[in-house]
Amino acid sequence: MSQVEEKNIKSEKTSSEQMNIVVIGHVDHGKSTVVGRLLADTGSLPEGKLEDVKERCKRNSKPFEYAFLLDALKDEQAQGITIDSARCFFRSAKREYIIIDAPGHIEFLKNMISGAARAEAAMLVIDAHEGVQENSRRHGYMLSMLGVKQVVVLVNKMDLVDYSQTVFDSIKEEYLAFLKEIDIEPMSFIPVSAREGVNIVSVSKKMSWHDGLSTLEALDSFVKEASPVDQPFRFPVQDIYKFTEQGDDRRIFAGRIETGTINVGDEVVFLPSEKKSRISSIEGFNVAEQSQAFAGQSTGFTLAEQIYVKPGEMMCKVDDTLPITSTHLKVNIFWMARQPMIKGKKYKIKLAGTRVPVWLRDVVTVLDASDLTTDSNRQQIERHDIAECVLETLKPLAFDITQNIAQTGRFVIIDNYEIAGGGVVLDEVYIPTSRIERRVQQRENNWQRSRITPKMRSSRYNQRSTLVLITGAAGDGKENLAKALEEDLFESKRMVYYLGISNSLLGIEDNIDESGERDESLRRLGEVSHLFTDAGLILITTIDDLDDFELEMINTLNRPNDCRVVNIGANQFTKATVDLQVDNLDSQKEAIKKIKDLLAEKKYIVDYSI
Amino acid sequence: MDHLEVLESQSMFILREAYRSFGDLVMLWSIGKDSTVLLWLARKAFFGHVPIPLMHIDTTFKVPAMIEYRDRFAKQWKINMIVGKNEEVLESKETFPDGKTNRLQCCASLKSEALKHTLSGDWPRWVLNHKSGEYEKQLNGKPFTGVIVGARADEEGSRSKERYFSPRDRHNDWDVADQPPELWNQFKTDFAPGTHVRVHPLLDWTELNIWEYIERENIPIIDLYFDNGEGKRYRSLGCYPCTSSVDSTAKNVREVIAELRGGKFANIAERSGREQDKEDGSGLETLRRDGYM
Repeated sequence: MSQVEEKNIKSEKTSSEQMNIVVIGHVDHGKSTVVGRLLADTGSLPEGKLEDVKERCKRNSKPFEYAFLLDALKDEQAQGITIDSARCFFRSAKREYIIIDAPGHIEFLKNMISGAARAEAAMLVIDAHEGVQENSRRHGYMLSMLGVKQVVVLVNKMDLVDYSQTVFDSIKEEYLAFLKEIDIEPMSFIPVSAREGVNIVSVSKKMSWHDGLSTLEALDSFVKEASPVDQPFRFPVQDIYKFTEQGDDRRIFAGRIETGTINVGDEVVFLPSEKKSRISSIEGFNVAEQSQAFAGQSTGFTLAEQIYVKPGEMMCKVDDTLPITSTHLKVNIFWMARQPMIKGKKYKIKLAGTRVPVWLRDVVTVLDASDLTTDSNRQQIERHDIAECVLETLKPLAFDITQNIAQTGRFVIIDNYEIAGGGVVLDEVYIPTSRIERRVQQRENNWQRSRITPKMRSSRYNQRSTLVLITGAAGDGKENLAKALEEDLFESKRMVYYLGISNSLLGIEDNIDESGERDESLRRLGEVSHLFTDAGLILITTIDDLDDFELEMINTLNRPNDCRVVNIGANQFTKATVDLQVDNLDSQKEAIKKIKDLLAEKKYIVDYSI
Repeated sequence: MDHLEVLESQSMFILREAYRSFGDLVMLWSIGKDSTVLLWLARKAFFGHVPIPLMHIDTTFKVPAMIEYRDRFAKQWKINMIVGKNEEVLESKETFPDGKTNRLQCCASLKSEALKHTLSGDWPRWVLNHKSGEYEKQLNGKPFTGVIVGARADEEGSRSKERYFSPRDRHNDWDVADQPPELWNQFKTDFAPGTHVRVHPLLDWTELNIWEYIERENIPIIDLYFDNGEGKRYRSLGCYPCTSSVDSTAKNVREVIAELRGGKFANIAERSGREQDKEDGSGLETLRRDGYM
């Protein structure tokens, strides 16, 4: 390496800080021009880019605009608007930036939101000539909701108002009043003319009355937020890996630590299942051995005690403040889809690592973010509405209130494969009955009874009806056992039926589980088993990897009839009581005898002689 | 965490999210520095393993050293390696190097078309047999519905507008005006049957970040990127008829980084040596809308 290059390396600051900034505001207020100017005047453009774009404009007889440096898509240049958020990279003396240039047109609000959700700070641009507009306010509100706290306001196009302080002051006053209502305290207001390059990289003499910073200085004054290592530990389980085929026996719980810190040996609890274990090791590839991991790291753990946990659960430290576990959430939602969010329709919520079915239960108020007016008589949530509402999930999920821990207090809603809405959790809501319980209540109230009573069936069939649920870890044996049991009972003249619901139908494969199909299949199973047991039969079925919640759901749906749980192998429940524990299926005969003993003891088969 | 640790963590998170969400997933490996970093990140995300097959589209106009390098590491890292190509066009020689078509059309048939049909499985795939060390022709492959790509936002305008998870419809089309929202770390992981997704774990990385990471992790990178004494090296790897080398004496990763940080390439676009980008003013966007990576 030559002497000169050697020197270059040393003088060049190897900045190790990177910051995401979003530029937002109403359409045509000059966001792309601000960013274009910033890139051009800091010498951040690739060599020849400026000349290229100028040349192309000349060829097409179009006046050159700095925005063309960013509006890279053909449609954008043709229409003169930004359609989608672009990432631009540049470096100041202080750090590296990714500037996200967001579109200002209401049609592209979801693109603006995608840009802002990635940002650590924002520059909000207002046209001095047009003043505060609908999307100046809407975008400001979105910032507060998305949790972007650091904001600088640029009053742009000052050249069009003769660099007038009066115009600047009145816009500042009006917009400050708005920001105060939504709890945003801007770091500064800067009068600029992006087109003329005034107050972009340095403070210009054009507006001597402005005694603040330039745009670039304001960017550099944003503070990098500290990593949330001191908050309670939250580790959404993204996946569980076992690469046995590659000769690797580690069972690794993989994911990213959202908040907090953890050490090898710490005792952990998974929510909502409440299963507990202890951190045995922190795993990684091409890294030194670690005894501690912290917020921000994508990592993996092995556990001291092997437990069955599904992806999507939240791993927490036993001694920490734990998240809330509930099926009801009070939230603030912004809706982006053309189809409104309506009651009674099944959606999917994705919160941290969880993906579960969800319903809109109640709309409290709907806010128009462009003028902060509210409406409390709405039954559904329209596109671009911001609504305070109550959501109800099928299964309990673990979450935090966004004010306490933002990372695990926000979510998106999926409607028909699309991310249709996003939101933050305001609180939990206590509702005494679950969705399933209400459904069963309704069913029982509307059930048409005949003159044949359960008692009459019982004495005719010489048995009491029940569901016999055979559970345990995946593996063959359970189905054969169930079939043999059916045969045995049938031979002794019992009214019995083996419901051979294929376990692949109830699949524990991620895709099936995550789309809510397993839950739906189990719900149907519960309803079907209610029919069979109501008809007086002994119904036998098997389900792999049943968890507490799922068992509870089947139990509820099968009510008022009985359900007996026979567990094979390791007990995967945390709370549920198992009626019969069979450690292994080495002897099927033995297992059948035990089950029949149980049925006799509980008086389902009364004349069974031991 | 420094900026490389932040980028690494996010890319690992995206790779795991893709692996969790899509059954038929494949990762493109062009042998270049970006997709090699991507491959390394996969080994990071999956604790030393590569549970996702890798696909290379061979235009047959690649520098031979690239193929040697590909097979060496595919074997060493036990990669499920798949190769695809446009046999028909190669046979009829309807290519730019053969003088029968222009650069854009050549890219479209040797890369975009080959990729599209190798992904869908309606063209043959050549799969590496680790026992024999040879590639075996495979017909009627299962279509891949998720494709992981090493595109970076700083490379070129249309890439700066990409999402981490980007849907493509039945015809492979990219609707740039109507992309899905991406909020916090929730991406579009739900896809209607028939559609597929491209995953971009490297969007936030710059060319400099890539080299800094190669240095930090000591990733074995193909030596075409370095000057071997003739004062020339490649900055971006493609087909040799359309990719020119640059004048540079950078002989190793450190010296490449020096050039990018404050040296001669600090302000020169990486793809400036790629001729096909220049062909109608927005060559790459046109190619990308139609399936180019």
